[in-house]
Amino acid sequence: MSEPGKLDGFSQDLLKRAVSDRFDAEEMILVPLLAVAMALAFGAIVMLATGVSLTAVGQSYVALFTGSLGSINAVSETLTAAAPLTLAALGIALGFRAGLFNIGAEGQVLLGGMAAVVVGFALTDTPAWIHLPLALLAGAIAGAIWAGIAGWLKAATGAHEVITTIMLNLIAMRLVDYLLRNPPVQKPGRADPISQSVLPSAELPRLLSFIDPNLRVHAGILLVIAAVLFVYWLLFRTTTGFEFRAAGSNPDAARYAGMKSGMIIVLVMATAGALAGLAGANQVLGVLGRASPGFSGGAGFDAIAVALLGRSHPVGVLLAGLLFGALQAGGREMQVEAGVSIDLIAIIQALVIVFMAAPTLVRATIPWVFRKEAGR
Amino acid sequence: MAVTDTAPVTTADIELARRRQKKVNGVILLGLAVFVAVAFGATSEGNAVFRLTLPRDAISIPNLVVPAAPYAYIVAGLLAFFGIRQFMRGGGRSTNVFLGIGLLLVVTAFLTWATAGKSFSLTGMLESTMVRAVPIALGGLAGVLSERVAVVNIAIEGMLLAGAFAGALIGSVLGGFVGILGAVAIGGLFGFILAALVVTHRVDQIIAGVAINLFVLGLTSYVSSQVLTKYTWLNNAPVFRPIDIPLLSDLPVIGPVLFRQNLFVYGALIMVLVATYYLFHTRSGLRARAVGEHPEAADTLGIDVYRTRYINVTIAGMVAGFGGAWFTLGSVGRFDEGMTGGRGYIGLAAMIFGRWHPVGALMAALVFGFADSLQQKLAILHTPIPSEFLAMAPYIATIVLVAGLIGRARPPAADGQPYIKE
Amino acid sequence: MDIELRGITKRFGPVVANSDVNLTIRAGEILGLLGENGAGKTTLMNVLSGLYRPDEGEILIDGKPTRFEGAGDAIRAGIGMVHQHFMLVPVFTVAENVVLGVEPTGRLDHLDIATAREQVRAIGAEHGLVVDPDAIIEEVPVGVQQRVEIIKVLFRSADVLIFDEPTAVLTPQEVEDFFGIIRSLRDAGKALVFITHKLFEILEVADRISVLRGGKIVGEGDPKTATEAELAEMMVGRPVSFTVDKKPAVPRRPMIEVRNLKVMNDRHEVAVNDVSFAVRAGEVVGIAGVQGNGQTELVEALTGLRSAIAGSVVFHDEDITHASARHRHKLGMAHVPEDRQREGLIETFTLAENMVLDSYYDEPYSTGIRMHWPKVETEAARIITDFDVRTSSVFELADHLSGGNQQKLVVAREMSRDIQVLIASQPTRGVDVGSIEYIHKRIIAARDAEVGVLIVSTELDEIRALSDRVLVMYRGRVVAEFDAAAATVAELGLAMAGATA
Repeated sequence: MSEPGKLDGFSQDLLKRAVSDRFDAEEMILVPLLAVAMALAFGAIVMLATGVSLTAVGQSYVALFTGSLGSINAVSETLTAAAPLTLAALGIALGFRAGLFNIGAEGQVLLGGMAAVVVGFALTDTPAWIHLPLALLAGAIAGAIWAGIAGWLKAATGAHEVITTIMLNLIAMRLVDYLLRNPPVQKPGRADPISQSVLPSAELPRLLSFIDPNLRVHAGILLVIAAVLFVYWLLFRTTTGFEFRAAGSNPDAARYAGMKSGMIIVLVMATAGALAGLAGANQVLGVLGRASPGFSGGAGFDAIAVALLGRSHPVGVLLAGLLFGALQAGGREMQVEAGVSIDLIAIIQALVIVFMAAPTLVRATIPWVFRKEAGR
Repeated sequence: MAVTDTAPVTTADIELARRRQKKVNGVILLGLAVFVAVAFGATSEGNAVFRLTLPRDAISIPNLVVPAAPYAYIVAGLLAFFGIRQFMRGGGRSTNVFLGIGLLLVVTAFLTWATAGKSFSLTGMLESTMVRAVPIALGGLAGVLSERVAVVNIAIEGMLLAGAFAGALIGSVLGGFVGILGAVAIGGLFGFILAALVVTHRVDQIIAGVAINLFVLGLTSYVSSQVLTKYTWLNNAPVFRPIDIPLLSDLPVIGPVLFRQNLFVYGALIMVLVATYYLFHTRSGLRARAVGEHPEAADTLGIDVYRTRYINVTIAGMVAGFGGAWFTLGSVGRFDEGMTGGRGYIGLAAMIFGRWHPVGALMAALVFGFADSLQQKLAILHTPIPSEFLAMAPYIATIVLVAGLIGRARPPAADGQPYIKE
Repeated sequence: MDIELRGITKRFGPVVANSDVNLTIRAGEILGLLGENGAGKTTLMNVLSGLYRPDEGEILIDGKPTRFEGAGDAIRAGIGMVHQHFMLVPVFTVAENVVLGVEPTGRLDHLDIATAREQVRAIGAEHGLVVDPDAIIEEVPVGVQQRVEIIKVLFRSADVLIFDEPTAVLTPQEVEDFFGIIRSLRDAGKALVFITHKLFEILEVADRISVLRGGKIVGEGDPKTATEAELAEMMVGRPVSFTVDKKPAVPRRPMIEVRNLKVMNDRHEVAVNDVSFAVRAGEVVGIAGVQGNGQTELVEALTGLRSAIAGSVVFHDEDITHASARHRHKLGMAHVPEDRQREGLIETFTLAENMVLDSYYDEPYSTGIRMHWPKVETEAARIITDFDVRTSSVFELADHLSGGNQQKLVVAREMSRDIQVLIASQPTRGVDVGSIEYIHKRIIAARDAEVGVLIVSTELDEIRALSDRVLVMYRGRVVAEFDAAAATVAELGLAMAGATA
């Protein structure tokens, strides 16, 4: 055998990446652009079909753009909306990579948010540099435990995670309803379900308040960036991530290689839950300041779509999260400016997912944009 | 020939789990025994009176009177016996049976405890169980039909919602029956779209399902807020009233539960029977299952895998569309945004729970329906338990059952995998 | 019925699987189609059975050009195929599998399973193929499954029967029975095609031989006059040696001792029953036997993937009966699993990632939880060069490799560590002759470097070529032990069929 570290010329060649194969411009840029364009076109058709005038359709899309990218405030809104989606979606993507379909992000977001609220109002007279991290941590832990239950059930008994996470979602919703209606969480003097307010020391600080105090973008977006880097590092740079990916791609091979599948399942679910829990914490500590029924805004469900759209890659998830955030922020503007219901955004989001997942559909609809494929 | 196990859980894990499960189930049963004795036996006084006759009934039968505390102790004793038996022997098929019976006993003990010193209409609750099971059963059946040809159907939720919407809109304009037809057609359309996406365009089945759900939720909510709020006459559909089946509806208990229901209940029961016949006793059903288990083999025998998938998934969509119409035409007569409230996902759970069998899915749906109506009716009894916790009970029970079941049925072998010719 | 294939060409993207193939199949004759793995035999037969449409060329049935739009057309034309991987639905009964696609039905599309049952019995009786129509396929042995496949084809009144590697899963005795069946089918006037890479079988049973190499017909042979050496050279394209050059073994101290081992299979039956043997350093022990006689479970128990219910496994002096797979790996046990695609590789991972699939957890590939990818990649490049895995880059995905190269990758990974014991299951299944020779050479080299080697194979040739000692497993027990040099095929075959010596 040759000296380690020294390779002959042939072996050296093996270390070259085939760059041209990896980057297919049509696949990476053209398809996503066209997918968005086609989804918007379809959205316009829906609007016209429901009696919205052509000028109003134009106004809507102008508003959609200005509301998401048109000003500092718009960008701030986009980032604010993108943060919880991206965090929860990172967890779901992690699950996909390990072959687990975690539908339970919604429940994890809810309980993470509740835990953060409780710590947020309960710890009085605590300096912010302790209080805020503790509140975030509480959110992450609550989410991790909630998801960990599903993971443990799967590892110990083989119970299918799709069923258990659906059930855990429903349980979490009821639990949140209960907590919000009863002391000590319920705001004193209120009859409706609403929590006490988070103390200023646990709030995620607004980042651009020096420009305009109304800009809502908050430190949660830094959390998102950290989470993207963390998940990327975990998946691709650590032995744990190697195990996650191996177990997800081929569980038999993972077992053959001496990996402990039960352990991996629990770990993946707990990590995913922690990220979803952070998404919830991010929402209550950065935007809402308290919890009320439906405070998650369905982020846990939308995050499934974001994870799928981002192809379960942390960077893809970030981009998908930003896109969805922009659509939400722009959608609100659209509703105000053009009087078109924000529900149109969900249609556009769904179509973007479909077209991204079915490039053949895009190619078949507008074939003239693409190069002719060789041999066909 | 090696039977490839595509589930992410390996056989050795299952073996280990099986042994552990014996103990887990034993512990669960013993724990329940203690719980029933302490929580129900020690705290209840007097008799629980269960009314079996509804006001409209032709034949009236006496009320069922159960002494609450003794009954709780009897149940506790039985549970303890089952639990010890699990420890001693355990394993095998009987484990599931005992766990099931055990949970059923706990439910009866709970009901008795909650009713102690009061009276409660048991028949009324069973009647509403049936009604509430309908959308879940139909959702589950839609899941069975498409997963039997190996297409995972996450889109049931969207198909239900589309059915509910179409039922309300079309029903308002053209009447109830046309509304149902419209709901079935729209459900079928989304089934066809799902098939087109996953079969022809090879979109990942879960992605396609999630996208359809999101799309339907968006479209129905959009049209609802953009159009229906302005023209309310478009959202004012007739509701199907119960139809009494002559003679049978006069039977005590069974009559109101099974034979004094509306079109949707009868439809669901008939569809379950027809689907069972179709899947397991017809040529087309055999071919459909072959496509779900071993598409390549089916292909070599001249069965068109793609066509079979298209047809079955479209039918699944039609079934879900019918189930969706229940929400509007079968109950409130108007459409509200997101009114299916996750029933499609529960239907999916019912399908897995029911082992990919129509009757199994129906049974599982009845469990969910029972829990749903139990929670409603118990509010009347003023139990000290917060209603939110009662509402959680069915979901917790589902988790316990799914975790406690041994020898889970296998999904169709090719479930979720696209079939690529050449 | 006679069939002629004229100028058949079939491409998959840039790969030409068949190129200008001409072939004649005649009634009352057994055509032997000989070729290596990857020579294009299966593709050709899939063209003939309507699963693939040829890019060029035509199929003539009794002189008339015919087009098949799908498998159904070929079946209707009387062409039936028994695939290498049986096309049976595991959860269906025998009768359901036989009638699938041509079911007897009553009113309301009702499946007439009673008639189906009778039809299966009738065909079985006519051709001497006894099966229980109500048995579930996944519960019957492979030999019976093959009979079901044959009944399935006959049920569709096929005049042409194509068998793709039919003997791979059979005992020598079952092979004889199988030859009896196809001879009687030939005498009944059927046309038969027998696809194989096994030379002696084709010489025994075929009436005419065509040899396929690289997608082309490279020669014809007359089984009465052709020799194995001639055919092998035609098949591989160069002279082939059938024996592995090896010196006599110098066994030393025992590396692995198995004592009274008992293991259950997935169905909770005893699959390995009271098995005892030892593997010493510097020897190759071969375990022969028909598939499904407990070899899989034995290997899994030895490698820590399945727990034993009784008995012990001792490695050097350490009892490892209950040790984890990871622990055994650390002790220096290497395992080439029987199914590389299911267990040995992750097809969506790169070659570099696959190269550390079971050794990623420790130095030099990782520290703590940090992976050292550059280190992994250079090592992978070195090992890939060393074992002659044909690829352009370590970043290539494993599913882009040919079967032979995938197997070399697994063998390379397992053998390029400092190992004491090598347990290899079916080390050359589905691999081309060149790779077989190479893998065999490396295994013998490991033996000579004082590794204890255990080979499990259903290929008698392989067992005989590699082993110093041969154990035969039958129904979970070791029923015979032979000195490899002295054992004959007949003796081994008898033992594999359960006849106690």
